[in-house]
Amino acid sequence: MSLLARHLENNGIITLIIGSAIDIVEHCGAPRYLHNDFPLGNPCGAPYDEAMQHEIIKQGLTLIEEADQARTIQRNSYRWKDDAWRKDYALIDDSNREELRLRGERRRQQQIDDKAAGNSRAAMISET
Amino acid sequence: MIENDVPYMKRTRDFYRAQGYDKDYKWAHYDDVPFHHLQKPLRECKVAVVTTAMPDTEAGRAQRQVHSCPSQPTPDSMYTDELSWHKAMTHTNDVASFLPLTQLKRCEEEGLIGELAERFHSIPTEYSQRNTMENDAPEILARCQQDTVDVVILVPL
Repeated sequence: MSLLARHLENNGIITLIIGSAIDIVEHCGAPRYLHNDFPLGNPCGAPYDEAMQHEIIKQGLTLIEEADQARTIQRNSYRWKDDAWRKDYALIDDSNREELRLRGERRRQQQIDDKAAGNSRAAMISET
Repeated sequence: MIENDVPYMKRTRDFYRAQGYDKDYKWAHYDDVPFHHLQKPLRECKVAVVTTAMPDTEAGRAQRQVHSCPSQPTPDSMYTDELSWHKAMTHTNDVASFLPLTQLKRCEEEGLIGELAERFHSIPTEYSQRNTMENDAPEILARCQQDTVDVVILVPL
């Protein structure tokens, strides 16, 4: 998404990314970024919390109005109900090591099959 | 990043390695970042949304490509199964939690933005940065220009 933001901005369209993976956005470099420190999946606010969702988009609009330089990053103050998700994402331990190895083998075979079928566009690996 | 932030790049690298991939994914990195100043008040701007979720339709589920859909009425669901969100900890049943169309429509009604663009866009997450830069990004730019969009809010899951 940072690549798209850069392309749009280079062509005169103002962009704001709202997301939850700050390291990836910082690494690429984006014009404006509003960080929501939640598990991946709900960057615009907790599900069914309309008040939070509206407040977050308004923060984003304010950021658009006030940013005066590239790489403007703001963190909102919302917190997830607990912190268990921080260590859980893409966790690798003895319980899933073999399963992951087998999944990789299946995926590589699928990629070979896709290529043979003329479909060359590969998605990123999903963690679940 | 600060101490408590989840290091997604490292986690993803380790996850690839655990699946037997010996070549690490290289995320795009740039020293220079483009920036344009807002040329008019936001209350006069047309705002579009781009998501990494695909339309919850036969085409959206089957074709990993740029899709555009009407912004109103807000879709009841989006296809997110192939994306790397945190499935053990949350869900994407509430579209507004990742696709801010309802919120922006309300902002339009409150006069905070000029208007919500008539359509929003889906861009597939891609292993190939070249596909994004040479195909998808120019396609979305063209569609935004066609809709005379001033501001784009991009929301990756």
